[in-house]
Amino acid sequence: MAGGRKQTDLKVGKERPAGFRFYTERRLVELTGLRAGNLKELYTILRTISGSSIFYHTHEVFLQHHFAAPSFRNDFAAWVTESLQEIHLGEELAGIDIREFMSIRSLRLRILAILRTHMQHHPNLRQAAPEDSFHFCKARSFFMPTHIEAKDLATFVEGMKAISKSSLFYHFFAARFRFGKRSNDFSSWLRKIGELEVGRAIDRLDPYFLDLEEVRQRTLAIAEEALERRAAG
Amino acid sequence: MAARLKDYASVVGTDVLQELEVLAEKVEGWSVQHINSTAVGGGVAEMLQRLNPLMKDLGIDSTWDQIEGNTRFFRVTKAIHNALHGSAVEITPGMFDDYRDHLRSQLDRMTIRGDTVFIHDPQPAGLIALKERCGGAWIWRCHIDISTPDRQVWDFLQPYVNNYDAAIFSMPDFSQELNIPQFLVPPSIDPLGDKNRELDPGVITGILEKHGIDPNRPIITQISRFDHLKDPLGVIRAYQLVRKRTDCQLVLAGGEADDDPEGPALLKEVQEKAAADPDIHVLLLPPFSDLEINALVRGSSVVVQKSIKEGFGLTVAEALWKRKPVIGGAVGGIRRQILHGVTGFLVRSVEGTAYRIRQILNDDALARQLGENGRVHVQNNFLLTRHLKDYILLMLALRHPGQDMIPV
Repeated sequence: MAGGRKQTDLKVGKERPAGFRFYTERRLVELTGLRAGNLKELYTILRTISGSSIFYHTHEVFLQHHFAAPSFRNDFAAWVTESLQEIHLGEELAGIDIREFMSIRSLRLRILAILRTHMQHHPNLRQAAPEDSFHFCKARSFFMPTHIEAKDLATFVEGMKAISKSSLFYHFFAARFRFGKRSNDFSSWLRKIGELEVGRAIDRLDPYFLDLEEVRQRTLAIAEEALERRAAG
Repeated sequence: MAARLKDYASVVGTDVLQELEVLAEKVEGWSVQHINSTAVGGGVAEMLQRLNPLMKDLGIDSTWDQIEGNTRFFRVTKAIHNALHGSAVEITPGMFDDYRDHLRSQLDRMTIRGDTVFIHDPQPAGLIALKERCGGAWIWRCHIDISTPDRQVWDFLQPYVNNYDAAIFSMPDFSQELNIPQFLVPPSIDPLGDKNRELDPGVITGILEKHGIDPNRPIITQISRFDHLKDPLGVIRAYQLVRKRTDCQLVLAGGEADDDPEGPALLKEVQEKAAADPDIHVLLLPPFSDLEINALVRGSSVVVQKSIKEGFGLTVAEALWKRKPVIGGAVGGIRRQILHGVTGFLVRSVEGTAYRIRQILNDDALARQLGENGRVHVQNNFLLTRHLKDYILLMLALRHPGQDMIPV
């Protein structure tokens, strides 16, 4: 059964909860052909652009390799800072806690509200150089099950070691918005099999400030520590 | 002998190959046809020479054909190419007629075999007229920078493009407002091809010495065909500025593409400028000089790609893959490959080019770090296996129109 998909409801019967099938995804970037050169254009396009474009510009960066600490891991914040020199606005946009949002719709409204307020107070628009326009993209996501399945905490650890970064991205970021959940797929499943503490601890990680490899290492540390404690009695 | 898919495991890892195989199962038996305008010369032909056999290795029935062209047709398509790049070019209505007439003559000559047909660049774009008769999914693969196209030429080409099922661009900046879906697929290099595979130091030295280049003195190299848009004359001026303070040699090496009538005149001008300085080596390389190019880049201290306009500029990725610091014009796909100050330097002038060359030639640690970062950047983004994956995903995407989430 897919992580984050229908699971056996523990409250209903004594049926064993299903295992956790790790999924992975591959992404193909689609270009919308829409570009913004100033805040007004950014605002106008953001009002109607597809939700998958907003997801792309707030998440795709996590799939990329970072040679150094990036300025902001949010394309909108990075663009207004670097190309428009709107540094205060950049901080406001970067400061959006994406984990608070369960839908792209509400995230969109928050971004629009920040832009609207800023433009009301700063009516003179700065224009980006033509080669620095903001190009709206989105991704087509092709998702598929891997051959890896966890039955319990020990096999979950094995799975976590084996899966790709794309799989981590899918379960930590993509599935959360897709199914309108507050938590990541792993924590949801771990709670269902009774691993409440482990599930909660993983949920407290903030993947928006970590590389996916760091997310993997910290998740493993939490799960392995629980297993060791259990083994020690 | 061309590398087989399994040979790539040593470079990209078995997980990448397994992923490709899983995806390829979803399109097994599908037929793909690539059509462009030349079998040799230029980056597009080079890429297709590598992609086509690997698609076959993955069980995809892939073929590659070329339209025929004559000097008159290629003169028109070169003008169209330059105009799409944003250069000031005079194009007469008669030239558009020549394009239409020539493409019409190709319609009966071409046999369409693919379920998915990739038409590369503007030269064969008019073949879209065959879609109605032959069916299949048609994709226009644009390899050039059309971020600021000449309006008249784009207005001519756009109706053809809008009849395709999808378009592919190498950079987000190149996308246009079209009625069809557009995808981002950067081009790629083949790490196992003669142009990029590892070489013994003796081979590198031997090739440098064969061309009269001293392996023990700093070498600045630009590899590109002799084309104004690659600014070889600007590279010579930058070298001359560097040479005032730092001992170095300059290598300008490249070939001529079949479809470029302007090459010989520029080459002559470059040779004239270089004649007075024995440390400037202008090498006109014939097709299939991949090993030679590989050795020239590996023997270099710094690689330059000072383009004024650039579709993508794969010579940058080729040099980065070899852990070379690269200085490139801040245009087109070079901006995607050179992360300024991380994998190389982006420049906008002769002076800037000279400054960065001096900086690198005088700082070995910087040169090494840029080179190491460049290797990682190419490994993650610009290898042939990623390109294959994107094409397969695109084929799947066209079977699921309008769907952002596609179960496979």
